[in-house]
Amino acid sequence: MKEIFQSIFPNVCKYWNMFIDSLTATEQMFLIAGLLTFFIGGIFGIILIITKPDGIKPNRVIHAVFEIITNVFRSIPFIILLIFLIPLTRFITGTAIGVSGAIVPLVFGAVPFFTRQIENALSDVDPGKIEAARAMGSSTVGIIFRVYLSEALPDIIRATTITAISMIGLTTSAGAVGAGGIGSFAINQGQNMHYQDVVNLCVILLLIVVALIQSIGSALARATVNRKLFSR
Amino acid sequence: MIEIKNLEKTYDINNHSVHAVNDVSITINDGDIYGVIGYSGAGKSTLVRCINFLERPEAGTINISGFGKVIANAGRLYLERDGKPRPLLDKDLRTLRKSIGMIFQHFNLLDRSTVFDNIAYPLKYRNYTKNEIRNRVNELLKLVDLEDKRDVYPSQLSGGQKQRVAIARALADSPKVLLCDEATSALDPDATESILRLLKELNQKLGLTIVLITHEMAVIKEIANHVAVMENGRVVEDGEVYDIFASPERSITKRFVGTSNGLGKISKLIDDKAVDAVPTDRKKLIKLTFIRSSVNDALISRVSRKFDVDLSIVLANVDLVEDTPLGNIIVELSGEAERVEAALKYIEECGVRIEGVKR
Repeated sequence: MKEIFQSIFPNVCKYWNMFIDSLTATEQMFLIAGLLTFFIGGIFGIILIITKPDGIKPNRVIHAVFEIITNVFRSIPFIILLIFLIPLTRFITGTAIGVSGAIVPLVFGAVPFFTRQIENALSDVDPGKIEAARAMGSSTVGIIFRVYLSEALPDIIRATTITAISMIGLTTSAGAVGAGGIGSFAINQGQNMHYQDVVNLCVILLLIVVALIQSIGSALARATVNRKLFSR
Repeated sequence: MIEIKNLEKTYDINNHSVHAVNDVSITINDGDIYGVIGYSGAGKSTLVRCINFLERPEAGTINISGFGKVIANAGRLYLERDGKPRPLLDKDLRTLRKSIGMIFQHFNLLDRSTVFDNIAYPLKYRNYTKNEIRNRVNELLKLVDLEDKRDVYPSQLSGGQKQRVAIARALADSPKVLLCDEATSALDPDATESILRLLKELNQKLGLTIVLITHEMAVIKEIANHVAVMENGRVVEDGEVYDIFASPERSITKRFVGTSNGLGKISKLIDDKAVDAVPTDRKKLIKLTFIRSSVNDALISRVSRKFDVDLSIVLANVDLVEDTPLGNIIVELSGEAERVEAALKYIEECGVRIEGVKR
């Protein structure tokens, strides 16, 4: 087994430790930035939904502010955003390179995308259900958790899946400007040194990870349509 | 008792305002089944949503016994208890809404919750123990006859069953009032009948006050005891259901009554020249309304014999309204002019209302 791997990917084995390090870096970027995006984007999406003119807590000013933030960062290409945010990144994390340097631009890049996805998912919740909850005397927080988030769960899972996959793409782009990870490994060891096998392995690996995330996400989304996740 | 006075609500749609509720005053007594009927856009939904303040009225007062008097002034709401008005808080609204149940045309159940959890929704996150909630839900399931559907999801239920779940959910917190927004409009005739029967049963068993919006006079006839007819945001006619059915005054009310007893078809028959409906001295097309005692009278044959006139029945219908029979006959009355006059006079003396049928 080991011999076969060595014969197909000789240069990966040569840089094995570097390869493992880059995997760890990508994993860290993905998990930390992903979690932050999930919560920040989720909260932004909820704020956009409840403050819209016919929402449960209409507020024109707050709605407009979050609309603008989302739209502005949504329209900047990620590579440009990376460079643009370097001063802010330095201010927050003390460095603009490595994993910690990548978290800030990753979050800025993914939050607007996820916000829109969550907003879409929540706006698909039947307004009648919201009205029924209001008629039963539910509070705003109650409606958010017990109606919006609960009813939109399958769509939220789908949104999370899509965002997770695009987050992997973003980490590799961040790799191109010094964040490390699988992206920079593929560029430095693969492209620059003309080791095609390195690039090949990276592609295979990414395909597997993306397929895995997609199938877990789809299965969970399907399992939660019109029912609870864990039920008899 | 719910006493609504001079209620106003205007919407702004694309910069032109729609007067959805226009100076409406109605009184809903405890134990009433109060029907509000009107075509879509008449403002009936808005009116009923003002009762639990899902819509904020702009002016007028709503006095709800056991809660207080809510005064709307320039879009702001004040709550008056013991003569002292103060701004109405969100907290007050939530308290009020817990004491008023509501059901909807499209049921609005939570699709990702079981029947049990849907019914338990208003009880959770309050000061009830798990046990109390379970007992109450089981009680409600029994009340709406759905004990075997406890752990099923709404997507597996029929429309009528979904509405039963919605009713159980609305009643979970033992409200005194139930608002029904077109609750049977999305149901087939069988389910409609069973839901109406359930509502009537709840009204009698629990003393539940029911406010019911509909565009079908048949629903009103089936269960309501009081009805208000709405048109363009105004209540144009209201009263006891039997009286409205026996003697509708406004043309819109007549139209609604006509759709429910089938006599509305007469104008179509006349237009299609299916009956020889040109009135002359010798021939009249009239509508007779028999109320209460006069229903069982053999009036037609007696008149025919006594005055030597011919009465040919074009359309006839007997309804039970509030368990009291109400008969309507459209007859073609022909004979010599003075005999026809005398016959008409006699019929009127017998307590039967006569209306000429016009095209």
